[in-house]
Amino acid sequence: MTEWSHGGIWAAIAGIGICTYAIRLSFIYLFGRIDSVPPRIRHVLRYVPAAVLAALVVPSVVTVQPTVGETLLDDRLIAGTIATLVAWRTGDIFYTIVVGMSALWVIRFGPSLIG
Amino acid sequence: MTLRERLHPDLVAGIRAAGPIVIGIIPFALVTGITAIGAGLTVAEAVGMSVIVFAGASQLAAIDLIGSNASFIVVVGTAVVINIRMIMYSASIAPYFQPFSLRIRGLAAYVLTDQAYAMSVAEYETNDQRHRLWYYVGIAATLWVVWQIGTVVGAVLGASVPDSLGLDFALPLVFIALLVPAMKDAGTTTAGVVAGIAALGVASVGVPLNFDLPIAAVIGILSGVAVDAWRNV
Repeated sequence: MTEWSHGGIWAAIAGIGICTYAIRLSFIYLFGRIDSVPPRIRHVLRYVPAAVLAALVVPSVVTVQPTVGETLLDDRLIAGTIATLVAWRTGDIFYTIVVGMSALWVIRFGPSLIG
Repeated sequence: MTLRERLHPDLVAGIRAAGPIVIGIIPFALVTGITAIGAGLTVAEAVGMSVIVFAGASQLAAIDLIGSNASFIVVVGTAVVINIRMIMYSASIAPYFQPFSLRIRGLAAYVLTDQAYAMSVAEYETNDQRHRLWYYVGIAATLWVVWQIGTVVGAVLGASVPDSLGLDFALPLVFIALLVPAMKDAGTTTAGVVAGIAALGVASVGVPLNFDLPIAAVIGILSGVAVDAWRNV
């Protein structure tokens, strides 16, 4: 649970919303004066989605434990790895969520159902 | 005249084209609503964010970071950086919208998304007869409506889902589904892999105010640039 105030949350929503709208409108508004993104900026923008998403995903799936074994046998890491394979093979967000969540539940609750 | 006959045929074509993507949007929207509540947002804040921001990956990132008490600048900065890609869509679709008034273009910009952009431009390039605006609005408005309903349903459900189910894990799963196709060549794959490793490394060092995410992302981007520069020598 967050310790953010409600005013803070609304301020963040407004800030993200205004900046995002400015990005969306940028060239739709400017067209005729500036027609395209400069090649240098375009070149760097290519890498942004992969880098930002990976920096978000990895810490929420990998929990570093004292030993390598404990780190690798974490339920989130195993389920996340399975989900990555599904995302790679199917390219489908729905299957990725369903298989990833199912894998987590099987690892987490499966043993107690059998035993 | 039925309602359908009164609508512009290209608006109807756009709504139909949006059908298959809607299936992918629904779980994404539900997860956004559910995790917003899990992170401590109210239903009004969750829905307000969907209406005002209307960009899934950035909303999830903001929710994730607010939930972990990151600083204001990191939350807003990360969300905005995730959306920077849309500057390319804006530039690419701009010539098709040029004939329309500024007010219409302003509204079209509000509903600009990855899917609406990609599908509309693909259609414009192969079918010259399609009405530029109506087809786009058919797709974009459909996605908007589904996204809003999905977030509301998720937010209302979110309050009654037990924590032990680990539904917060759906959030990294959505990011994985977006990340994998984003790593499409050597440069972008390097950017992703290095940023992921860097995120763990930086987090273990302990950077204040959750600046670990932007630092890791910048390291990843620079690595991608370096790899492509080296390959092109």
